[in-house]
Amino acid sequence: MTAVLFQKVSRHFGSVRAVDEADLSIAEGEFFAMLGPSGSGKTTCLRLMAGFEQPTSGHIEIFGETAEGVPPYRRNVNTVFQDYALFPHLSILDNVAYGLMVKGVGREERRKAAEDALAMVKLPGYGVRKPGQLSGGQRQRVALARALVNRPKVLLLDEPLGALDLKLREQMQEELKTLQKSLGITFVFVTHDQGEALSMADRIAVFNDGKIQQLGTPEDVYNRPQTRFVADFVGSSNVLSAATLSKLGISAGAASLRPEAIQISTSWAEMLTLSGTVTACSFLGAVNRITVDCDGQRIVVSAPAAMPVPDQGANIALAFSRNDLHVMEQA
Amino acid sequence: MSTVTHQSILPERSGLARRFSDFLWRHPHVLLLILLGPPLLWLGIIYLGSLLALLLQSFFSIDDFSGLINYEFTLDTYKQLLIPANFDIILRTVIMAALVTLASAIIAFPIAYYAARYARGKWKAVFYLGVMLPLWSSYLVKIYAWKLILAKEGIVTWALAKLHLLWLLDAWLSLPVVGGNSLSISYTGTFIVFIYVWMPFMILPIQASLERVPGNLIEASADLGGNPAQTFRHVLFPLALPGIVAGSIFTFSLTLGDYIIPQVIGSSRLFIGQAVYAQQGTAGNIPLAAAFSVVPIVIMGLYLWMAKRMGAFDAL
Repeated sequence: MTAVLFQKVSRHFGSVRAVDEADLSIAEGEFFAMLGPSGSGKTTCLRLMAGFEQPTSGHIEIFGETAEGVPPYRRNVNTVFQDYALFPHLSILDNVAYGLMVKGVGREERRKAAEDALAMVKLPGYGVRKPGQLSGGQRQRVALARALVNRPKVLLLDEPLGALDLKLREQMQEELKTLQKSLGITFVFVTHDQGEALSMADRIAVFNDGKIQQLGTPEDVYNRPQTRFVADFVGSSNVLSAATLSKLGISAGAASLRPEAIQISTSWAEMLTLSGTVTACSFLGAVNRITVDCDGQRIVVSAPAAMPVPDQGANIALAFSRNDLHVMEQA
Repeated sequence: MSTVTHQSILPERSGLARRFSDFLWRHPHVLLLILLGPPLLWLGIIYLGSLLALLLQSFFSIDDFSGLINYEFTLDTYKQLLIPANFDIILRTVIMAALVTLASAIIAFPIAYYAARYARGKWKAVFYLGVMLPLWSSYLVKIYAWKLILAKEGIVTWALAKLHLLWLLDAWLSLPVVGGNSLSISYTGTFIVFIYVWMPFMILPIQASLERVPGNLIEASADLGGNPAQTFRHVLFPLALPGIVAGSIFTFSLTLGDYIIPQVIGSSRLFIGQAVYAQQGTAGNIPLAAAFSVVPIVIMGLYLWMAKRMGAFDAL
């Protein structure tokens, strides 16, 4: 089932085309990222889904139903706002229970649901506090609980991790991913951080100037950028010109080449080799992290993503320079 | 030559002003004292002092035969407030003040909301000008202008006659209490002019409080399923409440104390302000005038206490 469908959707503010004929289709249960620099139209797209904006032209469907002209409060879609937008005059519990309260759920029932939601985001017992008494990371979790307690069909996240420090951000990325898989709710995630989009999303739409530049899996977008903008924005690829390509005997207008796909050959001497079995492999954007077992010695390899990914259990050889081996004083 | 110096501590400059500013820099409390001293003395002695004197006066009584003030502590003057003729004045004033406050808040809120949420640039300036402009002209001029507007021969009657709606005005004026011979000598007229004159004092605090409500809270409420009425009730109103209370303090206390509007526009029945004016002037009953003056102060105290208990200042 298609969760969100955009058909030639445009949103113009005066002469500014914030979103320009965007087509996209988000599948149910998908973790979908909208990636782009600020002002690229990704947040406007999110607001079109939430109902805060109405399209200038085009057609939007949410789970098969027409969404144009439907106010936000009639959409079973919830948003985690960039700066959380918690109600300052309400307790954390009342904040989380707000959606149930306006829907007329009984006091006791919504209290229980809100407490469950707070426990889910690892803030049990925080209900009596006010938003002002919480840290940024905690407020972020409250905003998440407040949205999820309504069991939305689609959860929209507007740069929810932008205000957190790096460590917390990485932790929340993992938690969000886990939460999304366990709840099975469609997540639509807006970010300008390509690493975040690559590591979390099932599919990514890359935005620039109100247009979707490319839509595909993280591997697609990263390894096979279709436009110069995508090549540059997602991981700073080299873009080889037609002239350079012709020297290589390839006739094409432009081609992208990932920096990590290139090896420099200065000193190939003194290469050491080990052989072992691949035990795990994970895609991290620029690199694949491959764990290899060499007769009981665990070795982690950061291999350029452009290199072929070995299958699990495959026997591979590892080579490295003697210069990279640093002997330690203490064993 | 270049004035760049390579010293890490600059040499002292000479002069009395320099030494004085150094002294103030080292003793910031002295600066605070200099800045706050005069206004505090003014408030403390002139204002609070006369308030205290007023309070004291209200505990004296007047000798009905000689008309002289009897300087002995008594609560008799306050008892006089409770006789029907005087109590009616208090009741009339409080009801009028409450209705004016309520109506002002209802009228002011949409205007303030528009100004805070939608007005930008030029329109914001137009808003401020529109709200403040009436304050630039004399209060008396405005009131007499309203007298003419509301008079039987005034523009309201004329306009309604042209619209063939005079029967509506006549029907309203024939109502008991709020009616009268014409708008300018009815409670309705008093009410309208009170609202007009105090409106800026209600709009501006509400606008200031709405200005501080982030727009995404409204969006968050809608996003969570709150329709506009629910959003108003659960988000907008509670967050605007400090502003509404601040505005209502103005409109309520100003109406309680005003003695010119009900005298120029309205029936001849007295309001507290007029009673004070009459008692201290022609009647020469200073203690009763003082007791009347204490009434608005007590009512405002009660009002603030209630507002605080209801949590109106929690969001400050």
